Amino acid sequence: MSTDAMSTQVTDTDLRTRLQDWIPKLVLSPSVAMMVVFVYGFILYTVYLSFSGSRMLPSYDLIGLANYTRLWGLSAWWTAVINLAIFASLYIAICTAIGLTLAILLDQKIRGEGMLRPIYLYPMALSFIVTGTAWKWFLDPGIGLENTMHLWGWESFEFGWIKDRNMAIYTIVIAAVWQTSGFVMAMFLAGLRGIDNEILKAAQIDGASNWNLYRRIVIPLLRPAFLSAFVILAHLAVKSYDLVIALTGGGPGRATELPATFMYSYTFTRNQMGTGAASAVIMLMTIAAIMMPYLYAELKEKK
Amino acid sequence: MAAVTQDTAIRTGRITRTFIYLVLVLFALFYLLPLYVMVANSLKPLGEITGGNMMALPGTWTIEPWLAAWSTAQIGVEPTGLKPYFLNSILMVVPAVAISTVLGALNGYVLTKWRFPGDNILFGLMLFSCFIPFQIVLIPMATILGKMGLAGSIPGLVLVHVVYGIGFTTLYYRNYYAAFPTELVRAAMIDGAGFFRIFWRILLPVSGPITVVSVIWQFTNIWNDFLFGASFGGQSQPMTVALNNLVQSSTGVKEYNVHFAGAILAALPTLLVYVVAGRYFVRGLMAGSVKG
Repeated sequence: MSTDAMSTQVTDTDLRTRLQDWIPKLVLSPSVAMMVVFVYGFILYTVYLSFSGSRMLPSYDLIGLANYTRLWGLSAWWTAVINLAIFASLYIAICTAIGLTLAILLDQKIRGEGMLRPIYLYPMALSFIVTGTAWKWFLDPGIGLENTMHLWGWESFEFGWIKDRNMAIYTIVIAAVWQTSGFVMAMFLAGLRGIDNEILKAAQIDGASNWNLYRRIVIPLLRPAFLSAFVILAHLAVKSYDLVIALTGGGPGRATELPATFMYSYTFTRNQMGTGAASAVIMLMTIAAIMMPYLYAELKEKK
Repeated sequence: MAAVTQDTAIRTGRITRTFIYLVLVLFALFYLLPLYVMVANSLKPLGEITGGNMMALPGTWTIEPWLAAWSTAQIGVEPTGLKPYFLNSILMVVPAVAISTVLGALNGYVLTKWRFPGDNILFGLMLFSCFIPFQIVLIPMATILGKMGLAGSIPGLVLVHVVYGIGFTTLYYRNYYAAFPTELVRAAMIDGAGFFRIFWRILLPVSGPITVVSVIWQFTNIWNDFLFGASFGGQSQPMTVALNNLVQSSTGVKEYNVHFAGAILAALPTLLVYVVAGRYFVRGLMAGSVKG
């Protein structure tokens, strides 16, 4: 197509260069248009709805901050927020701990590393719905782990967290850690492999023990990996939706509701669209507070 | 044994090494356990699950649960099995992956080799769109898809996945092309090659690896998506939504073996991709954490 344009207009170099100037922007424009409409336009629209009296359908009468005050007065929202705080902090802490441990251990010239690594990572390829289904039955006292232990002769073994209001949120942590900790391992392993061995050798000549070597030198050098892991895990935690739906459906009762499930049920099943929009805005602001500084730093660094 | 450790600076004794292997193997079991339970129990008759041990291998091996999950299980109100939903997922994934990857490649090319003022800001805005909680777009998306007549249809889902996928594909190609020598592109320009010719002749031939990364990432993400499928799937629900309907259905006897078989069916395509091209999948994951 450009060849045609070229052969017929060889003499008109001016037009050609001008066309060439425009082609890149033209090529980029569908993506930019989609982004402007479907991402940022939609965000603004949802922000607008969060200040409106929308119930079952969007309405445009502004009611100020009423949705937000209402939201923060709802015990269901507080449950969701507190659950998120518990879930996110445990999820991030445990994933980081397991990921770092596995990465350090795997980095000791392990035989069969090539076999172990894919085993740690494969859950990442599964859908949260599949993970949720698998863990739901595994944790079910009737047919799962508890039953198995009883059959193996450990009669007093009890593990009914998934049916327990106070403990169910921790089952979500278990399943989520199972799914993503291998990924965190891979991030740390990449960080470890990037460390110059000479630094370690020098420290060792100075008489540093293995423990001190890791504590004083290696772990501080892994700071970028810690930061990436934190940001990725935190944003996954805020977005967690599928896993809750598949594992507990938000129950027992409302014991495992998270903001993502709260938003969905308030908007689409309880017809409280304004309140639902307000909760979505709060989710977005949480993620923006985590991601924006990170992305900004990353993009600046690249220059 | 000790000789193996010598070329790293860290030295470990025999007892420590035994301990290390022990921990690593225990974790491997932890990751494999749910998969084992699913596979083993999907091959058992229902009675063996409810009356037996989930860790045991099947006493009587049967593929009945798999056949039931595939073609006769009750999904919602229809006893269609997962087959039609599997097809829906395929029909959704193929165009969505293709379109988002092509757009990502072109965007990455423009953003690295045809730079213009403000391109970094545009890219930053695109990148941020990968990480937004999608709850923020659900309401307007539902409205717009309805207005466009795409609600509850495969093309609607394709559109949604393309829109929220191009951020990642653009990221991949941008970082990849950024490492490609711009001098070569300049030289071709001086020789009179145009925008598309340079892309086709110079950049595309070296884009194999990153295309594999992008395709695998998009395939996995879109196949595994639940939120958009559940919100906008309507009559064309993808596999994940159907699986959830199958597992959560409250009517009749809970056929655990069929649920397990269904879960594996839903996981099979992405697992297969992982087994065949795991290296590229991991690369995509790592690039997804922005560090390129």
